[in-house]
Amino acid sequence: MTALPLLTRVLRQPPSMAQLGAPEWELLLRQAVAADLGATLALLAEEHGLLKALPPRVQRRLEWERRGWQRHGQAVCFEVRQVQHALRTTGLPLILLKGTAYVAAGLPAAAGRLFSDVDILVPKASLHEVEGLLMAHGWASSHHDAYDQRYYREWMHELPPMQHMRRGTAIDVHHAILPETARVRPDPALLRAAARPLPDQPGLFVLAPCDMVLHSAVHLFSEGEYDHGLRDLFDLHRLLCHFGANEPGFWKALSLRARELELTRPLFYALRYCARLLGTPVPAATMTAAEAGRPNPALLALMDALFTRALRPMHPSCAGPLTPLSDGMLFIRGNWLRMPPFMLSRHLFRKAFFTPRNVKSGQV
Amino acid sequence: MLTVAALGQPELRARLRGPGLRLRTGPFISCIRSSVPALGVALARMYGDYPVLEDDVPADFDVLLRRPRGLRRLVKPQVFFHYDGMEPFQPLPLAQLYPMFEWAMNWCVSSHAHSWLVIHAAVVEKEGKAVILPAPPGSGKSTLCAALVARGWRLLSDELTLVRLEDGRIDPVPRPVSLKNASIDVIRAWAPQAQLSPPVADTMKGTVAHMRPPQASVVRADEPASPAWIVFPQWRAGAPVELVPVPQARAHLRLAENAFNYSLLGAAGFATAARLIDATRTFDFSYGALDDAMAVFERLLAERR
Repeated sequence: MTALPLLTRVLRQPPSMAQLGAPEWELLLRQAVAADLGATLALLAEEHGLLKALPPRVQRRLEWERRGWQRHGQAVCFEVRQVQHALRTTGLPLILLKGTAYVAAGLPAAAGRLFSDVDILVPKASLHEVEGLLMAHGWASSHHDAYDQRYYREWMHELPPMQHMRRGTAIDVHHAILPETARVRPDPALLRAAARPLPDQPGLFVLAPCDMVLHSAVHLFSEGEYDHGLRDLFDLHRLLCHFGANEPGFWKALSLRARELELTRPLFYALRYCARLLGTPVPAATMTAAEAGRPNPALLALMDALFTRALRPMHPSCAGPLTPLSDGMLFIRGNWLRMPPFMLSRHLFRKAFFTPRNVKSGQV
Repeated sequence: MLTVAALGQPELRARLRGPGLRLRTGPFISCIRSSVPALGVALARMYGDYPVLEDDVPADFDVLLRRPRGLRRLVKPQVFFHYDGMEPFQPLPLAQLYPMFEWAMNWCVSSHAHSWLVIHAAVVEKEGKAVILPAPPGSGKSTLCAALVARGWRLLSDELTLVRLEDGRIDPVPRPVSLKNASIDVIRAWAPQAQLSPPVADTMKGTVAHMRPPQASVVRADEPASPAWIVFPQWRAGAPVELVPVPQARAHLRLAENAFNYSLLGAAGFATAARLIDATRTFDFSYGALDDAMAVFERLLAERR
């Protein structure tokens, strides 16, 4: 495993931080910051009682990162309350997804986690009402192009991202976890029905443990862009470790739920790469059950080659000669999974030739 | 201690091209790399007195200034700033290489250094007492700062006032003072001994030149100072000097507006700003002539003796 990048090795075995020399610390900090895991590194050092023994300049650098994260956590909690207030008349449970859910539920995966959007899940039938209420409370759709509007509203699993006009904060309103046009479409009603209320926070819900893991997996392994690949894999690692230790029957339920939601393939990838790269202690029986999602050997060899590259920190020190090719193939794959071939070619043609340059559209 | 000047131009360029020049500016170490020879020349001119470190201390910032590859080098040559693989700014014309370096170094501090409340303000010190000059561009802050430094005040910074969260003292991060447009000639006339970098025209801030900090300020970069005054300067042609006290609450808000990380620091940001206001006298200051302004600052100092 010496071929693993320094950051991955440290995430796999945090106590190994204690043995690093100055040049390695510099590299580790740079990889961590580039992977958006700087604050995570700070909190890991603290958790393992290593922080105070680190060189003063390293402690200081980690402190900078931790402060940014603390402020982020405060802002997320404030934003969730604002969303809840805006949607209070709908009577809908406010189901939080991804990073927002980790923070609100106080999960270990929230430690050091930074993200730019609040993500919520609502029934498709309520989209219109939810969008209207958010608009009335200051959020506005950030995609005005007619094509983008159609792209989101007809084909995607979410509204066009909305941004608050004064605070600049973004919200993604999802009605499913995969696009309407994708080959696999897990039934969102099943996810909503199993969602769990957060104790002490009336009205707020998060996905049930298995669903939360599967959503994280489907998100990571259906994406086209892997800027945060390692961070997202580490989310999965921490979710698996936490639920495996605290949620009775979790390991057994996971593969059953994956079958029910047609997500056996992403679960297979999640467990495979978590165990391989981060040493996640997945029980043998769960690994065996997850074999249901194993791709054929040729495809698996290709995916191994692509994912082991994509799941490295996004830092120049980790890029190899094949990185651009690998990134390109995953980008195409991400879109391929998103929509049927004809639609995809039309979409990419449109994006290549008709979308104004330098306009950050937040999508392909 | 090894300095940029002691390194010599060939070794300086070799480090910039190769493993990076580890330059210490106050509390920060930047690893600077560039294949553009002009950067070596500019650094030797402006940073001669600064300490250079070897690889055994981790750097805080990774700064790369590079020219584009291929034919793009030949037409309207440009320079790119990379921060550890990221590109926080658009490229600029090659002629703006050195101003871009200074802006990049400011950005590194203002967007990362959260052990301090980082205020967009010049700060100078005499007899252990520091005066903070926060102000928007165009208010004459840098000109005033350069003039005070030329008259013996110690330069702590002309852009970034670093207020410690733990005890409210100010850590110096002395770097060249940025002068814009008419200020360049004003300072040339006012302080003929000052060493200025060649002016660069047509930048986003107009014509820009930098004043090399006095050696005395650079070698005392480890010595913190206690804040004594916050002066919000406003230059107006022909105006008489006028020093008007600013109420504490108002001064706090204006300080917060000028801080890069006030909101990010949350409660610590508020507490640090409040302590700073408590420890200082706060004024609005308008002036038309540097001579008059100098006299006002000497009088403030005399009152505190």
